[in-house]
Amino acid sequence: MTAPIPTPDLNPPKGEGVRMRLRDAPVGTHGVIVDVQAEIDGLDHGVDAGELQRRLLEFGFVEGARIEVIHEGGIGHDPIAVKLDDMRIALRRRDAGDIMIAQDAR
Amino acid sequence: MTTAPAPHPGLARIALVGNPNCGKTALFNALTGARQKVANYAGVTVERKEGAVVTASGRHIQVLDLPGTYSLRARSPDEAVTRDAVLGRLAGEAAPDVVVCVADATNLRLVLRLILELKAVGRPLVLALNMYDIAQRQGLKIDLEGLSREIGAPIVTTVATRRRGIEDLVARVEEVLADLPPFQASEWRELDAGQIKAAHRQAQNLMRAHVRPPERPDTLTGRIDSVLLHPVWGMGLLLVLLLVMFQAVFTGAAPAMDLIDRGFGQLASGVAAALPEGLLRGLVADGVIAGVGSVLVFLPQILVLFFFIILLEDSGYMARAAFLMDRIMGGAGLHGRAFIPLLSSFACAIPGIMSTRVIDNRRDRLTTILIAPLMTCSARIPVYTLIIGAVVPQKTLWGFASLQGLVMFGLYAAGIFSALAVSLVMRKVFWRGVSEPFMMELPTYKAPDPLNVLRSLWMRGAIFVKRAGRVILPLMVLVWFLSTFPEAPIGATGPAIDYSLAGRIGHALAPIFAPIGFNWQMTVALIPGMAAREVAVAALGTVYAVGGGAATSLAATLHQSWSLASGLAFLAWYVFAPQCVATLAVVRRETNSWRWPVIMFAYMIALAYGAAFIVYQSAVALGAG
Ligand SMILES: Nc1nc2c(ncn2[C@@H]2O[C@H](COP(=O)(O)OP(=O)(O)OP(=O)(O)O)[C@@H](O)[C@H]2O)c(=O)[nH]1
Ligand SMILES: [Mg+2]
Repeated sequence: MTAPIPTPDLNPPKGEGVRMRLRDAPVGTHGVIVDVQAEIDGLDHGVDAGELQRRLLEFGFVEGARIEVIHEGGIGHDPIAVKLDDMRIALRRRDAGDIMIAQDAR
Repeated sequence: MTTAPAPHPGLARIALVGNPNCGKTALFNALTGARQKVANYAGVTVERKEGAVVTASGRHIQVLDLPGTYSLRARSPDEAVTRDAVLGRLAGEAAPDVVVCVADATNLRLVLRLILELKAVGRPLVLALNMYDIAQRQGLKIDLEGLSREIGAPIVTTVATRRRGIEDLVARVEEVLADLPPFQASEWRELDAGQIKAAHRQAQNLMRAHVRPPERPDTLTGRIDSVLLHPVWGMGLLLVLLLVMFQAVFTGAAPAMDLIDRGFGQLASGVAAALPEGLLRGLVADGVIAGVGSVLVFLPQILVLFFFIILLEDSGYMARAAFLMDRIMGGAGLHGRAFIPLLSSFACAIPGIMSTRVIDNRRDRLTTILIAPLMTCSARIPVYTLIIGAVVPQKTLWGFASLQGLVMFGLYAAGIFSALAVSLVMRKVFWRGVSEPFMMELPTYKAPDPLNVLRSLWMRGAIFVKRAGRVILPLMVLVWFLSTFPEAPIGATGPAIDYSLAGRIGHALAPIFAPIGFNWQMTVALIPGMAAREVAVAALGTVYAVGGGAATSLAATLHQSWSLASGLAFLAWYVFAPQCVATLAVVRRETNSWRWPVIMFAYMIALAYGAAFIVYQSAVALGAG
């Protein structure tokens, strides 16, 4: 997994940097959640897209929440542990595709 | 529900509701004096529990402890209990008079959203801001008055584990009870995504207005995690931890076990000296002391094992271990949340199977239930220790690891790998498709409370000893009876026990077990051993004592009369054999059908026979017969 090239900005406002899906975020990524969708992504999650979205929302993955990817598993970079405001949550990357984050610009 | 019955007029009832791991059960115990299980991970409580508190004015209030949840839209069986209890949908039970919402004061955002949902239920609320000690340590400032006004509910700060704020909470609840609003039907509906987002915005606004971020946020958890969750070292540390745990179970408990063993030996010789030769002496010495004593010897080992498990549970490491194992478990087709039930099964499969209620998907849950008994439960420890001690030589490898300890570790590993393999087969053959999404909170680390650890250990020890009294003692009297009567005819040449009922049963069944190397004594021990695994040890104790081996310890007797191949086959049998009636009964209850316990019994017994056969035949071929 390669880190996206950060946009250069001298006085970085928070959460205005590159947008990416949480699924693709490497460890160390920090930013703000900008959207949680119910997208049909072709992956099988065991539940439908709307249900997955509601579960994510109920766990606190919601627009405006601060998020930071703090750990990942040793095999295939999966699962990941994120710091979500004051909580730490573990989830699998495959289920994190609907979470869109905006990185803090560097 | 427009026809919900009005709350019943006599006893007032309150329910504790809140996010997982916020301290509901700790609060319940503080309120009612109960001893329900408290531990530092989400999903400890999976059932509704009832207790009572007496207020300062002498009024009795019934208290309900419920499983934690993030929303009333229940997804798993445990969350459904909470929803139904709050909405008054449980059979024969009205909605609670007052809902006490319990919150982790250091993590308020999600619970504020839950409160908005609870308000729609229409029952009066009291908010208990728990873990207030941690909030204060962090310098978190919460505007209690403002928040209380906005959510329209009194707020009490509590420290459940130190029993602080309990009287205050009870007093507030009583005030609310004195002035109950007229009963109104619930207006709660399942929220859609848009409504959940809107509720989050509302909760976020409450946070901004009334909660100032901590001055000294917790950084310890992050620092510990950077080691324990490290992609490489994290896994290594987990393995080391488990290895240390099993070595400690095997070697650390030895001195205490020797002491108990000698105690029972002296008791037996004392009894033999005091009682006249005859049936009564036989019953007491061979049946009760040799039988029950041979199991009680293992108390120190059980305590060492539970000591480790309790530390893991209380510190917050449990969820980390689940995180580290997720990929491996997922590879075997298991749900990420299956890890904690499986780890609990090392203590006993019954709580393990019950805690699968946190798994939402029925198939994922069934898979976990079916493999949980393959995890080496504490009742197997007596069997393993006894047989290993009797047939495996006492050697030290590489200067530090005892061969016996390694065999023990191998048996644990065999249980784990076969569980993963069975799960994989079930996934591939019976039900395909992926597991449901897995999300799990990683709680902040907490130093285990020594008093709580001691209390939990005491409880586990008491359970073990009581079981020896209630289950093993009567069974051993029966085994003694069966192996003593009928007595040998006058002029008989063989040992007396050959003529007894047990001897005859054992000899009759022997052909079935001959291919796996079991002698008739082992066969006899398996029968009462159906009740519980450690009973087999007691039964061997009694059978060999009646047969005339009482002079030496049971391990020494077995050492002389069992071949290495038979001993290893017996161990292999016990990795798989479904020898626990209580487990089968709990599977029946949790799945609501006889089908699953029957399937479990059949597959496990087949594996047990197959494994024992392979082990025995290969050992004999290698010259260990
Ligand atoms: N410092 C501190 N720790 C607490 C307090 N209350 C509970 N704990 C700890 O928090 C953890 C969770 O407590 P539980 O009572 O099991 O939480 P629960 O809400 O019943 O959890 P679930 O049943 O899983 O929903 C345990 O490790 C407790 O020791 C408190 O007031 N202060
Ligand atoms: Mg609980």
